Amino acid sequence: MAWQWFHRLGSPRWFYQKTSGWLPWLALVSIVLLAAGTVWGLGFAPEDAKQGNSYRIIFIHVPAAFLALAGYYIMAISGAIGLIWKMKLSFAVMRAAAPIGAVLTFISLFTGAVWGKPTWGTYWVWDARITSMLILLFLYIGVMALSQAVSREQVADKASALLALVGTVNIPIIYKSVDWWFTLHQPATIRLTESSSIDPSMFYPLLIMIIGFYCLYAWTLLTHTRTLLLRREIRTQWAQQELAGEN
Amino acid sequence: MQFQFSSFADFLAMDGHGIYVWISFAVTFIALAAMALYPRLARRHLQRELLNQQRIEQRRRKVKAQRTVVQENA
Repeated sequence: MAWQWFHRLGSPRWFYQKTSGWLPWLALVSIVLLAAGTVWGLGFAPEDAKQGNSYRIIFIHVPAAFLALAGYYIMAISGAIGLIWKMKLSFAVMRAAAPIGAVLTFISLFTGAVWGKPTWGTYWVWDARITSMLILLFLYIGVMALSQAVSREQVADKASALLALVGTVNIPIIYKSVDWWFTLHQPATIRLTESSSIDPSMFYPLLIMIIGFYCLYAWTLLTHTRTLLLRREIRTQWAQQELAGEN
Repeated sequence: MQFQFSSFADFLAMDGHGIYVWISFAVTFIALAAMALYPRLARRHLQRELLNQQRIEQRRRKVKAQRTVVQENA
């Protein structure tokens, strides 16, 4: 009995119907939060004493980088669950997480490069933080490519889950890179254990943006997963009914 | 809380940092929008695929039915 929910979770149909009602709310909340955070961050947060206005890039750079890393955990863990319990749904989540993670990693690399120009005088340096983020981007792209390269879906699932798991090694390196090596990248401004080195007037809009990115992530992960499930189950009656319906 | 810039032009310029800030935000939101809207496109593609398959199947059934009629008449 206790495991019933877990087995149900493995059913694509149950998952699809369960999540339908969440989508409009997640979309609404993430759009409102992102809009509020952007306006606050761009217009109302005070100017940074050292970096001037270029620091405003932090309001997208940090949330994107957060989610790029958190998204890798989600991808690797759902790959592992798929490998252990042979769950279709879990592999679908893993596949959905790859392109989303790639986009978020790209955003953090791009905004970081643009931010680097006025602050460090260069768009790119091969230092530990930036290079390990670039490797993260390649890992995401690798999982995407591998999951589409093999025509037998089950083999592709297993192979890309393995790649995702092996790539997990990179995550602690990214986190610790600013502490372990000499780097241009500034150390973390938000810390859970110690006091943060950021003023509340800048922290609140940043927090709003981070929560907004989390909601956007949840929303897009769900919609990507749902389309993947429909594609996989297109021969079943429920999927055909869902496709025939609205939305 | 107060608006930090004295004019709209000031807001756009951001003391010379405007170009970096605005490009970052523009690229980010374009990428996020593409990421968020992709499932809609994929879904429409699936719908079209399903309709095509169903049409092909119907045609096949029709041809089969006609053939049996012809055979019965002969």
